[in-house]
Amino acid sequence: MFKKLPFILMTLTFVLVLAACGSKNDAGTEGAASNGSGEAATELSGNILAVGSTALLPLVEQAGQKFMAVDEYKNVTVQVQGGGSGTGLTQVSDGQATIGNSDVFAEEKLEDEAKVKELVDHQVAVVAMAPVSNKDAGVEDLTKQQLVDIFSGKVKNWKDVGGADKAIVIVNRPSSSGTRATFEKYALGAKMGDIQGSIQEDSSGNVKKLVSETPGAIGYLALSYLDDSLQVLKYEGVEATVENVEAGTYPVWAYEHMYTKGEPDAATKAFLDYILSDEIQQNDVTELGYIPMSGMKVKRDAAGNVVE
Amino acid sequence: MNNKLKPRRPLKEKHYWEEWTGRIYTSICVVFLIVVMFSIVYFVASKGLSTFFQNGISISEFLGGKTWNPTGEPAFYGALPFITGSFITTLLAALIASPLGLCAALFMTEIVPGKGKKILQPAIELLSGIPSVVYGFIGLSVIVPLLRSIFGGTGVGIAAGCLVLAVMILPTVTSIMADALSALPKGLRESSYALGATRWQTIYRVIIPTTLPALLTGVVLGMARAFGEALAVQMVIGNAPHVPTSLLESASTLTSVITLSMGNTTMGSVHNNALWSMALVLLVMTFVFVILVRLLERRNRV
Repeated sequence: MFKKLPFILMTLTFVLVLAACGSKNDAGTEGAASNGSGEAATELSGNILAVGSTALLPLVEQAGQKFMAVDEYKNVTVQVQGGGSGTGLTQVSDGQATIGNSDVFAEEKLEDEAKVKELVDHQVAVVAMAPVSNKDAGVEDLTKQQLVDIFSGKVKNWKDVGGADKAIVIVNRPSSSGTRATFEKYALGAKMGDIQGSIQEDSSGNVKKLVSETPGAIGYLALSYLDDSLQVLKYEGVEATVENVEAGTYPVWAYEHMYTKGEPDAATKAFLDYILSDEIQQNDVTELGYIPMSGMKVKRDAAGNVVE
Repeated sequence: MNNKLKPRRPLKEKHYWEEWTGRIYTSICVVFLIVVMFSIVYFVASKGLSTFFQNGISISEFLGGKTWNPTGEPAFYGALPFITGSFITTLLAALIASPLGLCAALFMTEIVPGKGKKILQPAIELLSGIPSVVYGFIGLSVIVPLLRSIFGGTGVGIAAGCLVLAVMILPTVTSIMADALSALPKGLRESSYALGATRWQTIYRVIIPTTLPALLTGVVLGMARAFGEALAVQMVIGNAPHVPTSLLESASTLTSVITLSMGNTTMGSVHNNALWSMALVLLVMTFVFVILVRLLERRNRV
């Protein structure tokens, strides 16, 4: 062993030196190549980590893939993770993530106002939600007051809101969910407690399954989840369609936010601009069931005030 | 001649070095392991206790409060519904799974040791390899509609939760019980037969009483697994934050409410800290289960 030790050490150093040379060589050729194309100075590079909202995850992921495939941005890596809006906002304000994805305004989630001020909001899409019921409920249209009565547990049978004689089963999202916050804020106008016997499911897929299968069930889903297995309810007589949301006549919608801490760096800005470009907004955004920002004829701030 | 003598010294040295590298390597691993374990306990405890010491929620309100409404005004942080939900589902799952597991284990070791073991063992081991989300989905697609058609209502609730859990802990319970039964000295069985006892008499007079502590170890470990299981239960139990009044009513467990809300809350908020306190309750309960198993093992040795 003693005799072999120097030999082993020598081999190790040799390998290390060789490896170092190898990587140096690689770097050299790469530099030469980019110098050759004459764009080395303007080419963007960096790592972008986007964390948060699972509702926004599919869009950011798809846009990230496309972004990295663009020649100009090939040195930028985009990593996307879920974890929920709260996680996204926490991580971006702690500096662990470049972008924090959120379904709600940071003002509604973060308790520390100083932290909210550091964040810059980039709204990339709109998500609208519709109340849905099981098909046997026998109701097609509900007013705001009726919805409030149902979700607060005051009305327990469909016949009291003009439907069949069936007990109402509420399928909710967890009280901390961004989807639920949006629905409560814009459809019901107030926060609701969880009434005894109601069901809470974390994923929209499970909400859809339970509402479509459970007799007398009511819930709410983003427009991309709606289909024939459910009765989509009108809200105050207004149908949940993209046109109605864009025109501002249907109120139950929210922005999807991508927060950065301070102004974004060049690579992150390029990525955010890319998501807002027509290429993504007109194709991916609509394909995935979101509403593009460009079509919106109304604007809304964190307090919920709507401007034309 | 030289060749015969020479290997001795290097060999000794080689062993000496081997001994030391092995020792150093294992010590590093052990130190790392201890550091990891203590930091996990410290992290969960510090986060979980800050609910009480920083946010000023009293322990009795947390453990005994029936209202859970962290987003309300005023906010309530009563975790009693989740604690009862966890205990009820765990106990019921153990009640269902233990007799099934015991019968399967007896079948494999006492009744049809050869073929039974060959067929049943892999089948049961297969169960433990299925991811819990699959169990949850099966529960949501099969058990919930089944309960709904039999008992009416929504089908979602504690009954569905404990049925799913019972299937999930069956492999743990069965394999530990089977190990315990096969570890029983042959002499006991043979002397029982020699006295003229039938197979059933041997099983319930000799085999089960002597292996009882080890059998209970299986049950306790199964319960520990059931107590910590989150995803599958969360999908079928309904997650309403209320103390349930019937088995078919929507209820929550500690784990289901943690997985539902953790990602949606921001670090450091009271809501988030309260969730960590629940994690702390889970951790403490796991310790209790571990201690129980230790006590049972001690009894088993005597």
